[in-house]
Amino acid sequence: MIKAILIFNNHGKPRLSKFYEHYSEDTEQQIIRETFHLVSKRDENVCNFLEGGMLIGGSDYKLIYRHYATLYFVFCVDSSESELGILDLIQVFVETLDKCFENVCELDLIFHVDKVHNILAEMVMGGMVLETNMNEIIMQVDAQNKMEKSEIKTRHILSCIPQYKIQYHSHHSCHYYGDLTVPLFQCTSRIRDH
Amino acid sequence: MSDVVEKTLTALPSLLSFDSQLGSAKLSSTSKLGNLIRGITELTSKHEEEKLIQRELSSIKEQVSSPNTTMRQMKELMVRTIYCEMLGYEASFSYIHAIKLAQQGTVLEKRVGYLAVSLFLNESHELLLLLVNTVLKDLQSTNLIEVCMALTVVSQMFPKDMIPAILPLVEEKLNHPKEIIRRKAVLALYKFYLIAPNQVQHIHNKFRKALCDKDPGVMTASLHIYLQMIQENPEGYKDLTVSFVTILKQVVGGKLPMDFNYHSVPAPWLQIQLLRILSLLGKNDQSTSELMHEVLDESLRRAEMNHNITYAILYECVKCVYTIHPKSELLEKAAKCIGNFVLSPKINLKYLGLKALTYVVQQDPKLALQHQMTIIECLDHPDLIIKRETLELLFRITNAQNVTVIVEKMLDFLRITKDDHTTIDLVGKVAELAEKYPSDNEWFIETMNTVFSVGGDTMQPDITNNFLKLLSEGFDSVEEDRKLRLFAVNSYVSLLRGEPGKLPQRFLQVISWVLGEYSHLREDLEPATVLRLLAKLLVMKNSSSETKTWVLMAMIKLSAGGAGVSVAQEVSETHSSSLDTVMRQRAQELQHLSQDSELRARVLPRGAGMQPVEVDSSLSFLDGFVSEALAAGAAPYKPPHQRQEELAQTKALSLEPYALSLPISMSSCSITDRQSPTLLSMSSGLSGDSTDLSHKGGSTTLKLDGVKRVWGREGYLAQRESVEEAAQVEVPSPLMSPSQQGEGDRSHSQIPTLTPTPESEHEKQQLASSLFVGLASQSSVCLMGKSEPAPQRFRRKAKGQCTSLSTSEQMFNSLVCPPSTVDNLLCNNLLDSNITAEPVLSSPERTSQLSQGLTAANGTCDMEAGLTDSDVKGSNPALIGDDCVVAADPAPHEDPNRPEDLCLTSHLPAELSGLSHSEITPLCTDQSLHLSACHVLKEDSLVLVVFITNSSDSAIQQIRVQVDSEELEVCCVCDSPVEELRSHSAAVCQYSLTAKKPSVHIEVVGMVSYLLPAGTPQAVQFSYKLPLSSFIRPLTVSTEEYGSMWLAFAHDTKQNLTLISDGQEPLTATLNVLKKKLQLHVVEIIGVEGIVACRLLQDQPCLMHCRVHAGTLAVWLRSPIPDLPDCLIYHCQRALQGH
Repeated sequence: MIKAILIFNNHGKPRLSKFYEHYSEDTEQQIIRETFHLVSKRDENVCNFLEGGMLIGGSDYKLIYRHYATLYFVFCVDSSESELGILDLIQVFVETLDKCFENVCELDLIFHVDKVHNILAEMVMGGMVLETNMNEIIMQVDAQNKMEKSEIKTRHILSCIPQYKIQYHSHHSCHYYGDLTVPLFQCTSRIRDH
Repeated sequence: MSDVVEKTLTALPSLLSFDSQLGSAKLSSTSKLGNLIRGITELTSKHEEEKLIQRELSSIKEQVSSPNTTMRQMKELMVRTIYCEMLGYEASFSYIHAIKLAQQGTVLEKRVGYLAVSLFLNESHELLLLLVNTVLKDLQSTNLIEVCMALTVVSQMFPKDMIPAILPLVEEKLNHPKEIIRRKAVLALYKFYLIAPNQVQHIHNKFRKALCDKDPGVMTASLHIYLQMIQENPEGYKDLTVSFVTILKQVVGGKLPMDFNYHSVPAPWLQIQLLRILSLLGKNDQSTSELMHEVLDESLRRAEMNHNITYAILYECVKCVYTIHPKSELLEKAAKCIGNFVLSPKINLKYLGLKALTYVVQQDPKLALQHQMTIIECLDHPDLIIKRETLELLFRITNAQNVTVIVEKMLDFLRITKDDHTTIDLVGKVAELAEKYPSDNEWFIETMNTVFSVGGDTMQPDITNNFLKLLSEGFDSVEEDRKLRLFAVNSYVSLLRGEPGKLPQRFLQVISWVLGEYSHLREDLEPATVLRLLAKLLVMKNSSSETKTWVLMAMIKLSAGGAGVSVAQEVSETHSSSLDTVMRQRAQELQHLSQDSELRARVLPRGAGMQPVEVDSSLSFLDGFVSEALAAGAAPYKPPHQRQEELAQTKALSLEPYALSLPISMSSCSITDRQSPTLLSMSSGLSGDSTDLSHKGGSTTLKLDGVKRVWGREGYLAQRESVEEAAQVEVPSPLMSPSQQGEGDRSHSQIPTLTPTPESEHEKQQLASSLFVGLASQSSVCLMGKSEPAPQRFRRKAKGQCTSLSTSEQMFNSLVCPPSTVDNLLCNNLLDSNITAEPVLSSPERTSQLSQGLTAANGTCDMEAGLTDSDVKGSNPALIGDDCVVAADPAPHEDPNRPEDLCLTSHLPAELSGLSHSEITPLCTDQSLHLSACHVLKEDSLVLVVFITNSSDSAIQQIRVQVDSEELEVCCVCDSPVEELRSHSAAVCQYSLTAKKPSVHIEVVGMVSYLLPAGTPQAVQFSYKLPLSSFIRPLTVSTEEYGSMWLAFAHDTKQNLTLISDGQEPLTATLNVLKKKLQLHVVEIIGVEGIVACRLLQDQPCLMHCRVHAGTLAVWLRSPIPDLPDCLIYHCQRALQGH
C-alpha cells in the first residue's frame, strides 16, 4: 500500500502532500521535513530507493523517489509494492501532469493544487493503485473538466490563456518566478531514455 | 483553457493575502501576482512566512464565517486553506465549512469540498459523521462524477461504525454498468475489508465476480483484495490458482487490448500483482506450484525488453520462483536473472539484485559465492543504501568463520551512518552475530563495546540485557567465564580512565554492573580504585539518574572495608539528600552496607547473579508487623479485586489501585528480562493473601538459574567447539582460497584463477576469501536459521559415499581406531557448524583419514535424518510381517543393505518384535564385524538394539559392547558378554534408555571390543543418534489436571508454527499431525485453542497450549525441565515441515 505521496521542491517547500494513513499535523510536517532531508542529500547517480525513515513506519517502509528539475516526487510505500513498479508510476504521474498542464512546471503545481490532487485521485485511491494507464487517467480528468468548463462558460469568462503563463513567457518578468517555471518534462524525457 | 484562467483567478486571493476585496483582486491580479510569488520565494525566514500565512488565515476565517459568502467564493477559500494546511498551518475553523461545501455545492464546488475534507480530516474525526449523509446522497446520485467522488472519499476515510449504513449502496455499485464505478466500488470495499473485515464477510462471492469482470481494470482492482486475503489465509484460495495462472498467461501472451500496454509491455502492474499472488499460493505447496511453473517460465522468457518495467516483472518472477516449491530449471533461469540484476550498471537494478540475493541466499548460498566479487565492490559503493543492503546480505551468510570480517564491515558502516533507524537495526544485528559466533573473549567484548558506544541510547534494551545475562550465567567452563569477565573488567576500567563522559548512558550502566559484580576478579585492582572511577560517573553532568542508580548499586557491592568505606561514605552523603527517591534509597543502602560488611555479604552475596533468589512472596516476615497493626485497629487487608467490587457497589470513585511493587534487587531485575513477567506477576498477585500461599511456596520462588536462555547452554557450547576448531583451521591465506573453494564445491565453476593480480584486486580476493569462507562447503546450509532443501541433497550423497567405502579403507578404519574416532567426532562437529576442514590439512595421510571420518560422520548424520524424517511409529509394516520367513542366514556380501535388514529384523528379541521399531541402520563395519542398530519404542522406555554380525569366516570371541551417552541413562537389559559369535551369524544386545536431560538430538556412543581367533584384541567405536521425539510419550491428563500443572511449571517458550489443513479444520489437522508424529496427547480442543500434553521418559511432563492466530499456530510450551520446551518446539517444527 502507498502510505503517502509527497512533492516538494529543491528547497524543501511542500507542493503537494497526500497521506493515506492518519498522522497528526505535526507528524506530517515532520515526515515531509525528514523525507526532504533524506532525499535531498542524495546524488543524482544513486539508486531511487531509500529505506525506512523512523517516522513513516520503520523497516517495512520504503521511500521511492524521482527528481525532476526543481521538484522531488516521493512515494512512501510498504513492502507490498514493487519498487520498480512505483518508480514507473511516478513517471506516469508526471507525464500525465505534463499532458494536463502542457509543459508542466512547479508553478502549475502551486496554482493548481486541487487539480493535481484530482489527477492523483484517479491514479491512486485510498493508497491503492487504481489506474496506471495515462490515457485512461486523462480521460477521467477530462470528463470532469468538461463539466467544469460548461459551468464556467455560463459565467462568461473571456480569456482562455492562463495569466501567469502569459506573464512568465514574456521576457520581462522571467526573473520574478526564478526556476518555478522550468518545465519539468525536459528532465523527464531524459529519464525516459535512460 | 478557460478553466485554467478560472483557477488562476481563484488562486489569486490566497496569495494576495492583504487584499480581502475579491473584485479588486481580480483587477490587479496580473501585477500583484508576480509580486506575491516573488515575495514568497524571497521570504528568508520561517518567521516571515508564518506571519504572512497567519494573516492569510485570519482573512479566510473572516470570510468563511460571513453569511454573505457564496458557495463559489467558499470553494476559492477552500483552495487557499488547503494551501495553508499543506504548509503546516492548522485551519481547523474551516473543517466544518469544507463539509458544508461538499454537502451543498454544485458538482464542481462539491469536488473541492470533498478534497478539502479528505485532506483535513481523518477517520476518527468527529466531524466526519456529518459527512455520512452527503456520501449516502451522492452514492445514489445519477451523476457519475458525484458517485465517483463519494467512492473516493469513502476509500480515503470513513468512520468504521458507519460502514453498515453505506455498505449496501457500495455493494450495489459492483453491478454498475460503468467500469470506473465498479472499479472504485471494489477498492472501497477493499478499504472496508481492511478496517472492518467482518463487515464484508458476506460478499466474498461478489469479489469473485469482480475477479471475473469483463473489464480488466475491475479485475485488476479486485486483485488488491485477493492479495490481502491470500496473505492472511493462503489455504482458502488455492482453488483460484488456475484462474490466476490463466489470467497471467493471457496477459503475458498479449491478449489484453493494446491500451493496457506500457512501453509495449502488456499491463506490467497487473503482472506484478499476479506474480505476488501466485508466490503466496505456491509457497510450501508442491501441487499448486506445479500449476504455475509453465507460466513463470513464459514470463521469464518474455521479459527481455530493456525497460525498467520489465525488470520490475522479472524481479517479481524471480522472487516467486524462489518462494514456491522449487523446480530446478526455473531456479537456474531465476539465478541467471539475479546475476543480470547484480551485474547491471544501473544502480536501481543492482539494489534489487542485492535484495533478491538476500532473499534467496538461505536456499542457495552458492549464488552469493558466484557473485562474491560484485558483492565486495558493493561494499565500497558510494551509495549508502547499496552498502546497507550488501551488509544485510552478508548478515545472512555469516558463519563462525567469516563473522569477524563481516562484523568489522558492519561496524565500519555504523560509524559513518547517521540515520537512527539504520543504526538501531544494524546494532541489533551485530550484537546477534557477536553472541552467536563469538570467536574469542577479546573480540566479543570489544565488539560489544563498539555496539554499546555506537548504538548509544537508541538501541533495543534487550541487547544490554542479553549481554549481562550472558556474562552472569556464563558457560560450562569456569575458567572461560573467569577470563571473559576479567577481560570485560579490564576493558571497562580502561574506558573509565579515559573519557567516560562520551559514553552513552546504557553503556555506563553495563559498565557499572560488570564492575560491581566482577571487578574482584582482577586481583591487582583495589576496590577503592574502582569506587573512585565510579564516583566520577556520579558527578558527571550528563549522567542520567537511572545511570546513577546503577552506579550506586555497583558501589554497594564494592564498598568492602578499607579505603572503600571512606569513598562510599562521601558519595552516600552527597546523594542521600537527592530529590530522586530511588537514588536516595540507594545512597542510604550504600551508607549502611558499607559499614556493615556482614550484612552486605548476606544481602549481596558474591556471584548472586547466578544463584536463585529466594523471594518470600508470602511476605511472612511482615506477619508480626501486620498483627501489631491489626491490634492497633487497622483495617484488615483486602485483595484488590475485593476492594474493586466494594468500590463498585458503593459507587465510590472508581480509582485504579496502585500497582504492587516488589522488592527485587537491581541486579536480578536486569537479568530476568524474559521470565520475570509471568513469575513476578504471579507472585505479586499472590502476595496479597499470605495464608493461601504456604502450599504453593515452592513454585513461586524466583529461580534464575533455569531461566530459558536466548543463548542456550547447548547451542553455545556447540558453537564454542566449532570456534575452537576454526582456530585450528586458521584464516585461510588468499592464495589458498581458490583451491579451497574448489575443494568445497567442485561442481561450481566460477573459481578465481591464480593469475597474478594487481594489488587492489588481490586485496578484494583476500576479502572475498575471508567473507565467503565456509559458504562453499555443501554443509553450509544452516545459515541464519532455516536449513531447508540442502540436507536432503546432502543425505543422498552421503549414502553413496558410505556404501562405496573400499575394503582397504574399512580395514584402515577399524585398525587405527582411536584417531579415526577422534576425527569422526571432530567431523561431526564440523558438520554441525559447517566448516570445510579439508583445505588446511597439509599431510595427505591426514586428509585421507579426515575425509574418511567425514564420510563416517555423514553416515551417522544420514541415519539421524532418516530417523527424524521417517515416521518411526508406523515404520515399514512389511518388515515386521516378514520376520517369520527368514532364518538367521548369513547375509550376502554383495548387497548388504535391504536383505540384511530383513534378516536382522528376525533377530529382534521376541518381546520387542510386536512393537514398532525404527529402520535398522548400519553403524560401522570392520573386517570381521558389522554393527547395526535400531530403536524400539516401548511405552515407558526406549530400547536400543545393537545387532552384531560376524562377517568373517571364523568365529569371534568375547564380544563386549559398552554404550554411553551424556544425555541418557543407559541400562543394559542383558549384560553378559557374548562369548562366541560364529561365522556369519548375528548377536543382539539391548539397552534401555531414558533421558536425563533433554536435547534436540541425543547421541549414544559406544565401543565393541572382541578377540579375533588368533587372540588379538580389537575394538570398534560407533555412535548412534536419536531424535528427542523418540523419547516423547503421550501424557494422559484431564483438562483440570492440565490447568493446575500449567501454573506450576516454570520453563516456557513461545513460537508460531505453520498450520496444516488437509481439507479439515486446520487446528485439528495440525494437532493430528503432531499427535501422529510426536506421540503427543491432545487433551482438548476448544474452538481455536487446543491443549496438548506429553512426557519425556521418564515422567517429565511438558504441556503445550495452541491457538490459531492470524493464519499461524501460536504455541506456548511449558515444562518443569529447563530445555525441554525448546527442544520439543524444534521437533514440532520439523514434524510440520516434513508434512
